[in-house]
Amino acid sequence: MNLSSVAIGQYMPGESLVHRLDPRTKIMLSLVVVVALFIVKSAWAYAALGALIIGTVMASRVPLKMVLRGLRPLLFVMVLTFGLHLFMDPGEPIFRIGKIVATDKGLAQGLITVARLSLLIMATSTVTLTTSPIAFTDGLESLLKPLSFVGVPAHELAMMMTIALRFIPTLLEETDKIMKAQMARGADFETGNIAKRARAMIPILVPLFVSAFRRADELAMAMEARCYRGGQGRTRLRQLRLGTLDMAALALVIAYAVTVVAVL
Amino acid sequence: MKPVIRVENVSYTYDGGGPGEVDALLDVSLEVAGGELVAVIGHNGSGKSTLAKHMNAIFVPTRGDVYVLGMNTRDESRLWDIRQTVGMVFQNPDNQIVATTVEEDVAFGPENLGVPPTEIRRRVDEALSIVDMTGHEKSAPHMLSGGQKQRVAIAGVIAMRPRCIVLDEPTAMLDPVGRSEVLATVRRLATDEGIAVVHITHFMNEAVLADRVVVMEGGRIALEGTPREVFSQPATLRRLDLDVPQVTELAYELRAAGAPLPRCPLTVAELVDDIAALVGKGARQS
Repeated sequence: MNLSSVAIGQYMPGESLVHRLDPRTKIMLSLVVVVALFIVKSAWAYAALGALIIGTVMASRVPLKMVLRGLRPLLFVMVLTFGLHLFMDPGEPIFRIGKIVATDKGLAQGLITVARLSLLIMATSTVTLTTSPIAFTDGLESLLKPLSFVGVPAHELAMMMTIALRFIPTLLEETDKIMKAQMARGADFETGNIAKRARAMIPILVPLFVSAFRRADELAMAMEARCYRGGQGRTRLRQLRLGTLDMAALALVIAYAVTVVAVL
Repeated sequence: MKPVIRVENVSYTYDGGGPGEVDALLDVSLEVAGGELVAVIGHNGSGKSTLAKHMNAIFVPTRGDVYVLGMNTRDESRLWDIRQTVGMVFQNPDNQIVATTVEEDVAFGPENLGVPPTEIRRRVDEALSIVDMTGHEKSAPHMLSGGQKQRVAIAGVIAMRPRCIVLDEPTAMLDPVGRSEVLATVRRLATDEGIAVVHITHFMNEAVLADRVVVMEGGRIALEGTPREVFSQPATLRRLDLDVPQVTELAYELRAAGAPLPRCPLTVAELVDDIAALVGKGARQS
């Protein structure tokens, strides 16, 4: 097993208009679309919002396949909810399997729920596929900053995300090293039932945790040595700037979403 | 020149009064001036790392005082001024890089100081060029070699415009290539940038590059002088269980065997010159 091949995030670098949008614009717009998805009820509205999302994906030149891949982990949930709606909702029967009756209203409701879930994931995936994790973190910090007056630790959250992103590859590398060291001494991670394999992970997790704590300790010292004392009075190398492109995108998408909610 | 760092009769006791009480430093005094490269060598437990951590107020002395540009490290109100004046580079490059790209990490220090963005940009570019890492601005730290990572860590400190940089065994985890890259950078910091540099190491041949060598043993300074002065005392060094550089060792063996070598060579080139001179003279005489 080669752990270094694990992809972090799913950012697809590019130069399209969507890529060039300010991360705050993208986060806000995905929120607008998500809210709209929860308000609308008609099939036409879902089609309109779906067209908006797919249009954005096209404009970003990210293969649609990558966006659809995000749906895979939720496939089971979608099939389950669809099935539950189809067979459990009251309505006119369409067909029956033994004693279980599928209804027309169930079918409609099931389709709507599946559409809502898929579009939700596609909208958020579009953001993460076109925004680098660093830009995303910056955007989130900037958006949450007004909330820090009510106690939302905006800077701390962003710093935690940055450090996590920074250390995921390092810790994966270390896990790989520890596993190889244990395998060289005869440890077996590949055979046996789940319980046995889980037990085999203990000799990996213990040194990994010990080392992670040591790293955290050293990192804290190094950060303090470089005058880190929280978000107060901190400046940033990269400044986020809302350009005309962002204004245009915000105006257009919000107008579109409002129209869809109001009309359809 | 006025010293940047003045260590005056410092003693430090770990876990004072507790069961694990250890005297890590005993009455140590040391001054470091701008543009000077001081190597501190010694075994594990000799107190060299403890000494380093006194220089930017990570530790405060049990007895004695440490002054950074006249600021006492006991004065908590000056803590951040002191940390800005004395930069610190640690042993493990992986555990001191904070950000996900090289330029973001170099910018981390200036960002903490509240430097304006355009000025940060300028400092980042300058610091990366000093450590010879221009062109790696957007690289992810985990894709770099050990030597490159350590040079990024050094750039991160340079970008804060410190007057002194303390490097605590910066080469201990590096391969020979990375080690020589970092050493060349360390030497340049003192010579070209006029920064006071304290290089903590346990490699004897790294101390050769320094202007002054301080040998620590059991929490005290056992020996101090230019590399040549220190390494021309092989008996003392051996008593302290420290090696002299291989080439110096060879010169001693030769001298013991009767070769009239004029000085204690520190580099292979020096010894080659000396031997060439000797052989040339002999050839002319016969």
